[in-house]
Amino acid sequence: MLFTSYNFILFLLSLFIIYYIIPKKYQWMLLLAASFFFYSFSGWDNVAYITVTIIATYFAALKIGQLHLQQESYLKENKGSLSKEEKKAYKEKVKSSQKKYLLICLFFDLGILAVLKYTNFVISNINSISRIFNAGEISFLDIALPMGISFYTFQSVGYLVDVYRGKYLPEKNIGKFALFVSFFPQLVQGPISRFDDLGHQLYSGHGFDFRNVSFGMQRIIWGFFKKLVIADRILPAVKTITQNPDTYQGIYVLVGMVFYAVQLYADFTGGIDITIGIAEVLGIKLKENFERPFFSKSTAEYWRRWHITMGTWFRDYVFYPVSVSNAMLKVSKFSREKLGEKTGKRVPVYLSTIIVWFATGIWHGASWNFIVWGLLNCLVIIVSQELEPFYAWFHNRFNVRGKFIFKLFQVGRTFLLMSAIRILDCYRNVPVTFRMYWSVFTKWNINELFNGALLKLGLDKADYFVLVFGIIIMIAVSLAQRSGSIREKLSARPEIVRYAAYVGLFISIIVFGAYGIGYDSNQFIYNQF
Amino acid sequence: MIAPKKIAKLAVAALITIALLILLQSLLMPKYMTEILEGALISEYYREENKDHDVIFIGDCEVYENFSPVTLWQEYGITSFIRGSAQQLIWHSYYLLEETLKYEKPKVVVFNVLSMKYDRPQKEAYNRMALDGMPLSVTKLKSIKASMMDDEKFITYIFPILRYHSRWSELTAEDFKYLFKKDRVTHNGYLMRVDVKPLTTIPTERKLANYRFSDICYEYLDKMTELCKKNGIELVLIKAPTIYPHWYDEWDKQMEDYAEENNLLYINFLKYTDEIGIDYQTDTYDAGLHLNLSGAEKLSRYFGKIIQEEFNLPDRRNDEKLSRIWAAKADLYVQEMEKQYAELEELGYLKAFNSRRNDE
Repeated sequence: MLFTSYNFILFLLSLFIIYYIIPKKYQWMLLLAASFFFYSFSGWDNVAYITVTIIATYFAALKIGQLHLQQESYLKENKGSLSKEEKKAYKEKVKSSQKKYLLICLFFDLGILAVLKYTNFVISNINSISRIFNAGEISFLDIALPMGISFYTFQSVGYLVDVYRGKYLPEKNIGKFALFVSFFPQLVQGPISRFDDLGHQLYSGHGFDFRNVSFGMQRIIWGFFKKLVIADRILPAVKTITQNPDTYQGIYVLVGMVFYAVQLYADFTGGIDITIGIAEVLGIKLKENFERPFFSKSTAEYWRRWHITMGTWFRDYVFYPVSVSNAMLKVSKFSREKLGEKTGKRVPVYLSTIIVWFATGIWHGASWNFIVWGLLNCLVIIVSQELEPFYAWFHNRFNVRGKFIFKLFQVGRTFLLMSAIRILDCYRNVPVTFRMYWSVFTKWNINELFNGALLKLGLDKADYFVLVFGIIIMIAVSLAQRSGSIREKLSARPEIVRYAAYVGLFISIIVFGAYGIGYDSNQFIYNQF
Repeated sequence: MIAPKKIAKLAVAALITIALLILLQSLLMPKYMTEILEGALISEYYREENKDHDVIFIGDCEVYENFSPVTLWQEYGITSFIRGSAQQLIWHSYYLLEETLKYEKPKVVVFNVLSMKYDRPQKEAYNRMALDGMPLSVTKLKSIKASMMDDEKFITYIFPILRYHSRWSELTAEDFKYLFKKDRVTHNGYLMRVDVKPLTTIPTERKLANYRFSDICYEYLDKMTELCKKNGIELVLIKAPTIYPHWYDEWDKQMEDYAEENNLLYINFLKYTDEIGIDYQTDTYDAGLHLNLSGAEKLSRYFGKIIQEEFNLPDRRNDEKLSRIWAAKADLYVQEMEKQYAELEELGYLKAFNSRRNDE
């Protein structure tokens, strides 16, 4: 069931009504039923996968939590009789048992993800090598990736690791835990929530709050605007350019990069707006996933502002554990000895960064495009960090720091750089993408933009008109957001202004949205990850 | 709790929004006034003030192009209306009949059986032409449900703006001109054409693997028969005298058998073209697919006599009120005819039909 389908809207409206009619204590059960109902539209086999992940994670976390409690009570009971060493030995023994459950469950949860998502990728690589040696090829597995598996697996893993770390106790009620993992608005494209943020909100009842409902609805409508008016309208041009690399080179590669940046931003943030808006109507506050990323002045800043919950997830559950792992400590020691304190201490940091970006890349998709995408991001971040002293010198020498025009340059530079890396999502493979990068320098002809070819990309003048109108609104909203919530600001305006804004937006979606017959029903891009 | 004043404001805001959407919907929906006139047919019935008809025709282009209600009136004093639409399928016809009976009870219903050959929806455009013109009712909902193609959405028939929203970039002066009021394009459902395109070749019929009409078509035909019987209406099955699409003998036999089993009158006009006097060199505007005005008037004269005698339909030309109404209709009919002849003479073709699609 697509977020933008009529059925989903009907489902939502029915849910909202029932949610506020039934007693609060039953609301979480309704959400659980609704989440599984929603997910069942993607296929019962997918329901089976998520159920297995829920059950495995629930029991592993429960066991780890029990061991925590046992340890606490044992140490309390034997407070006076145990020596420091005995306490330490006992704790280590408990930790070891907990680790066993943690690893088994991680292996299981991530194993499902790995098998379903990466088996065919591995097979295709083996086949590529086999072809060189004229050996036989392995058949691909006929498996479809369950919708949102990357998101719910990460959410489950985060929960499990937090319980292991003793951040909180495990949820005892399996139904409630199942709701945390399967909460439908965020199931398919995030944000990736933490149990201590979301759990209690899901389980405590919520009374009808006009402001919540009104703000939530506004956010949903804004999300639909971005998805239907902008993302889905620009999509044909992105497809035309990136699926015909022999025809569209030079300046068109740049056009493709910018168009895809607009599409992905409008698509992903639109989807997240709908997600957060739905939760808000239900009285639940989800973490923000974006903070105007295209206004970033550096790649590192961009990644702090784009897909924030994914970034923090990788930081907390991959970067930190890898950085402080025994292996990395050994690497650190070795590199300091061999390369000196200053250079040596960077080695483990950069190594961890590379691992994180490799994982981020492959998490996005099982292909070399995504791996290279991740590593290119990593490269840019590391190079930027290494060039930091040069930048500092440059800023001081030319006195540009804080100047508006220089900030604009930084924003533009970051946008183009990120757009260039991001286009790896779209081209057939890595060599084609690099060939296209090269063509920007070798086949540059700006006149090609004005010979009518822009109207042959699957968009006519009317489409461009809508796009310009939509993008201007999107940029204006982002600019206004810098000084606070648009909805808050609007709510302080006279009723007629508010009405005009809401209805204008709503009618714009109805009239200018790219939906219905003649338009393909487009899944949100991040649903595929 | 929300304060009553706030509720009132919300209600007003909602009403204004709905009004805006209705206005936009009217603007964005195709008007079918200057081309693809077939799209305007269904809604014309609801604007007809005098819903007192002895005969109601239901079916596809083989009724709305081939019968002239004005001729039936002028020759026999029979009042009639054609509820036809392009490639009207049997479920469209059934539900149109069901709905028509909410407005009036004709003495005779005439159904053209060509649509028995279709057991599934053919094209969204034809669904739209058959359904968009109907006002919202339970019957319409049932018809939508029966008619939708796989990629169509039910809700887009309830709120057509969801289907036609993308027409904003194609709006023409016609859309604004006919925003609130439409002209009539037919004469009691008859879509007049005076141009001529003689029949030159008859396409060879394809052999079919199975000639039996499908169960779903019989199901609707049964329902139609039942509905007419329940309302004391005579159902007449006809096959219009158009040469193509081919009407197979096997199909004809099935209709004959059905009519006999259900005590219905079935006339395959293809067997009586000489008696009717149809000359396919002069009486068709598209080489035998449809009759032109000349052909339609000949057929109407022939058929009017049959139904008047068969079902004792009174000659109502003495009814003063009806005479006045039909005289006005006849005037418009003549005006249209003269306009078309003049246009034909000037241009060599009829503007409204020049952009016709070939796949009808």
